[in-house]
Amino acid sequence: MTVKALNMAVGAKERDAGISATKTEVADTEVVMCGAQIILETLADLGVDVIFGYPGGAVLPIYDEIFKQDKIRHILVRHEQAATHAAEGYARATGKPGVVLVTSGPGATNAVTGLTDAMLDSIPMICITGQVARHLIGNDAFQEADTVGITRPCTKHNYLVKETAAVAEVIREAFYIATNGRPGPVVIDMPKDVQIEKAPYRIKKHVSHPTYRPQVDGDEAVIRKAVEAMANSARPIIYAGGGIINSGPEASHLLKEFAKLTGMPVTNTLMGLGSYPASDPQFLGMLGMHGTWEANHAMHDCDVMLAIGARFDDRVTGRINAFSPGSTKIQVDIDLSSVNKNVRVDIPVIGDAASVLRRFIDIWKSEGYGTKQPSLEAWWGQIANWRDKKCLGYVDSDDVIMPQKALERLHALVQSRETIISTEVGQHQMWAAQFLGFEKPNRWLTSGGLGTMGYGLPAAIGAQIAFPDRLCIDVAGEASIQMNIQELGTIAQYNLPVKVFIMNNEFMGMVRQWQDLSYDGRRSETYSSSLPDFVALAGAYGIKGMIVSDPAQLDATIQEMIDHDGPVVVDCRIAKLENCFPMVPAGAAHNEMMLSGDVVNKPKDDEALAVV
Amino acid sequence: MKEIGPIARHTISVVVDNETGVLARVIGLFSGRGYNIESLTVAAVDQRDTTSRITVVTTGTPMVIEQIKAQLDRLVPIHRVADLTKEGSFISRDLALVKVMGTGQQRVEALRIADAFRARAVDSTADSFIFELTGSADKLNAFVELMAGLGLVEVARTGAAALRRGAQGL
Repeated sequence: MTVKALNMAVGAKERDAGISATKTEVADTEVVMCGAQIILETLADLGVDVIFGYPGGAVLPIYDEIFKQDKIRHILVRHEQAATHAAEGYARATGKPGVVLVTSGPGATNAVTGLTDAMLDSIPMICITGQVARHLIGNDAFQEADTVGITRPCTKHNYLVKETAAVAEVIREAFYIATNGRPGPVVIDMPKDVQIEKAPYRIKKHVSHPTYRPQVDGDEAVIRKAVEAMANSARPIIYAGGGIINSGPEASHLLKEFAKLTGMPVTNTLMGLGSYPASDPQFLGMLGMHGTWEANHAMHDCDVMLAIGARFDDRVTGRINAFSPGSTKIQVDIDLSSVNKNVRVDIPVIGDAASVLRRFIDIWKSEGYGTKQPSLEAWWGQIANWRDKKCLGYVDSDDVIMPQKALERLHALVQSRETIISTEVGQHQMWAAQFLGFEKPNRWLTSGGLGTMGYGLPAAIGAQIAFPDRLCIDVAGEASIQMNIQELGTIAQYNLPVKVFIMNNEFMGMVRQWQDLSYDGRRSETYSSSLPDFVALAGAYGIKGMIVSDPAQLDATIQEMIDHDGPVVVDCRIAKLENCFPMVPAGAAHNEMMLSGDVVNKPKDDEALAVV
Repeated sequence: MKEIGPIARHTISVVVDNETGVLARVIGLFSGRGYNIESLTVAAVDQRDTTSRITVVTTGTPMVIEQIKAQLDRLVPIHRVADLTKEGSFISRDLALVKVMGTGQQRVEALRIADAFRARAVDSTADSFIFELTGSADKLNAFVELMAGLGLVEVARTGAAALRRGAQGL
């Protein structure tokens, strides 16, 4: 039986007997296929509709099967790293795992940055890599690399498939592992002869794993203890991270419900932005190194902290021994290894954010804590004082576009549209996090843990593929964008209406800022010399290019970018030497923040200087 | 934070799928995250060769030890992780093969000490012995130290193999 015939048979039976009955019957049907065919059948069966990839010798059989089918769309990128970031963007925007297909050797090694990025930001991804034929493995064959060896530390798990009969099983297990528990990237290394060899294929629905079964529901006694601590708190705070977004949109709803129920202020990590509506009065903005004055001070002075889906990253905590010194810390995380890693936690709850939040809400209501809890009035009064600092304030100019202004205007002008923002890494990323105000989850794609320059453009491509009708904007810097600028070709090929908004200050701005603050202004190698003419470059790809440097033209340019029915590259010339504030300096505590206009002190000692 | 608390030696038992690369995952985790390995032993332990048992002796503050356990536990092919030191009393044994060269009084003295340590001579020539000795790491260290003055040539040692005391398994 051919695949097509099998599909037709399934279709006929579905009409007759309903889906569940059909699946059982099909489960008993064995069809012999080649490994490459099994790969595509299994992926389609798992609901994959798009693959980001780049062909090469060791994946020719898979590409041949891609050619012959029409269930899965293949998006051809221009560099394997971009395939991985596009898959991350797709995953982050949809909540489904992103799928990557690359060849052996350089294909696999080029994917390593994206795998590591997905590992650090807990993004579900499946990366299928070609491998030389089994009998050649270990012989330094052409385009051979020890892919499982290289990717072991930068994946949640990886496989070398040694027999065709195991292909379907391995792919299903890989999906289970990538998406269950704390999500992450999984590599499946497929030798070329495994792709060619034939084996029986059988559709199977249920996937479980004998040992990997993450705990989803938190321990009831610990949950009760956590809720009680929050109910007795006069200065509580919720510190919510990317785990809320990974848990799914339901977790964001529950987070808001719980915050409203308890009256607790909420701050988000960089990865958590969008999990709580930015316009809500209880939202304090992002915390951490470039977080708001109010968020960091509230974290420092709180008496009970609920960390949920957040991992006390060093960008968040600042100097660890001065981090929120007096508080009882509750941490909700699906990954036990995130607990007590950097900061000692008093009440750890291991479980899924949505599941645990649901219990929090039920217990809060059933115990009637709403009427018993201390008044938060004084706490909110204190927060109002911190907010009065207007920590995101800046001095505007009529002569030059201030970066903050550019993003404020961008934010204002995209309000009426369903927008997804991606960023590269650096100053523009932090300004975007501060000024773009996200109302919903899955609208913000950024490289948090790894800080990968070159992430934004391919991530926007992935999101645009998933949501063709949404407005996908890559907020970029002129240095970062050049790290994956070849993807303008991908945008052009698929006519993706991605907008690339380059905040061009002719510097690797964040590094330049650190050099100015910590290295007496020795701007070593951070000037973006020999920049391309971005408008002409866009034109070379057949993409609309625009340039703006006059603040008076800013709105019109952004509006034209949004209204253009197709891709646009905007070269937005911004103030060259503006620094990103607020800032918790290296080796400092949350309550030692610097604001724009503060006299900047050099790091106190070598230890502070060593904190990147 | 990691520096806080006393550094202690812990023996950790890990049951893993007996598959290619699993040892590399465990060792990579230790080296990648900067944890110490004092010793590590691994062998298949069930009749069907489907699972192996890794015994790793490590040192760290309580927080680091807790991290090691959590990090091991989230590796996919790992079935169970137990911190034997934390859980109570356990039996731990190393094995050493100790080659000693010598004649005359030195040879007699080596044999006498071997006897006191309940070491067995498993190879013997006119001017050498290989002693086999099992016991705690401390006992083996003491024996090797004594042999150093009696013609010690070389030593091969396993790491610790350990089980918790009592009827209960892992």
